[in-house]
Amino acid sequence: MSIETAGTGALFVILIMALVTLVTRWGGVFVMSFVPINHKVQQFIAAMSGSVLVAIIAPLFIQGDMGAKLALAMTAIFALTTKRPLTAIALGIAMAAVTRQMDIY
Amino acid sequence: MSEIDLNDLRFSAHHFYSGVRKFLPISLFVAIFGAAFGLAASQTGLDDLSTVLMSAAVFAGASQFGSLNLWGTEVPILPLVVTVFAINARHLLMGASLYPWLKHLNPLKRYGVMMVASDANWAMSLQAFNRREYGKALGILLGGGLTMWVFWIAGTWLGLYFGSSISDPKAFGLDMVMSCFLLTMVLEGKKDQRTLIIWGGAAVASVLAYLYLPENSHVFAGALVGGLLGIILKEESHEH
Repeated sequence: MSIETAGTGALFVILIMALVTLVTRWGGVFVMSFVPINHKVQQFIAAMSGSVLVAIIAPLFIQGDMGAKLALAMTAIFALTTKRPLTAIALGIAMAAVTRQMDIY
Repeated sequence: MSEIDLNDLRFSAHHFYSGVRKFLPISLFVAIFGAAFGLAASQTGLDDLSTVLMSAAVFAGASQFGSLNLWGTEVPILPLVVTVFAINARHLLMGASLYPWLKHLNPLKRYGVMMVASDANWAMSLQAFNRREYGKALGILLGGGLTMWVFWIAGTWLGLYFGSSISDPKAFGLDMVMSCFLLTMVLEGKKDQRTLIIWGGAAVASVLAYLYLPENSHVFAGALVGGLLGIILKEESHEH
């Protein structure tokens, strides 16, 4: 089944996208309201939340181009040594930009 | 988490504005990405109103870009739903991870604030919740989220007119902004041996899933393995 994008069709497509996205934003909270929060569940959630971030970044570091790899490495080193996250992020971006400008990208 | 002082767990104007201020720098980059989306959408054939409306109603960049691949004179519904859901499924994990605190809010506030939950404000508010700064955390979630939402919409709109000047954000490293930001969020958390093992497991699982499992499954795979390791590995000391 398809929707024609002419006229109001496009708005209907956007409505579907918005609803699906809202389900993802609300679904986690909603489902958890049926889960009894015991010690194990608490530990799972606590460990899971940091793991989400790691799981977003790790494949990018392994599979990304050299610019992405060096950007993440640069940010990690500066974030750990200087405790100045904004500087670390800026340096990471600069690193990616410089690497890609130099490379045959 | 067991001894939440409910008096601190409420929205306040002070923490809201502080959340807004904290997110102004990263929101500039959000706007640049919005502009890149605005350009891409108009090149795909969306009219201006639809493009801006999509950013306002969906507010999830990767899935919006993803939907453009399906856009033509017709859009197939099922692939659209699957694509948008798969790319945005990590929101489910974000909501679940915030639930221990959000459950103390009334449903209107609980689900209301989740409407603007995104990677960056979720990650930073979670850090604040873990430090037991509940009011601050809610300010970050709502203030930071709304700030990014406004900049995302404004950026999209600007992209319709000035998009060609940033047609290749990657060349300037701008695609790395969110990843580098999230990385600093990871590194700000506690880094004992147990945490490092959990992260290691999550990293390996996510990379393997990225390589061998269906697209967009890597965040779930990493979260699942990390969460299970969290149950298996005993915490060294209990803070109570």
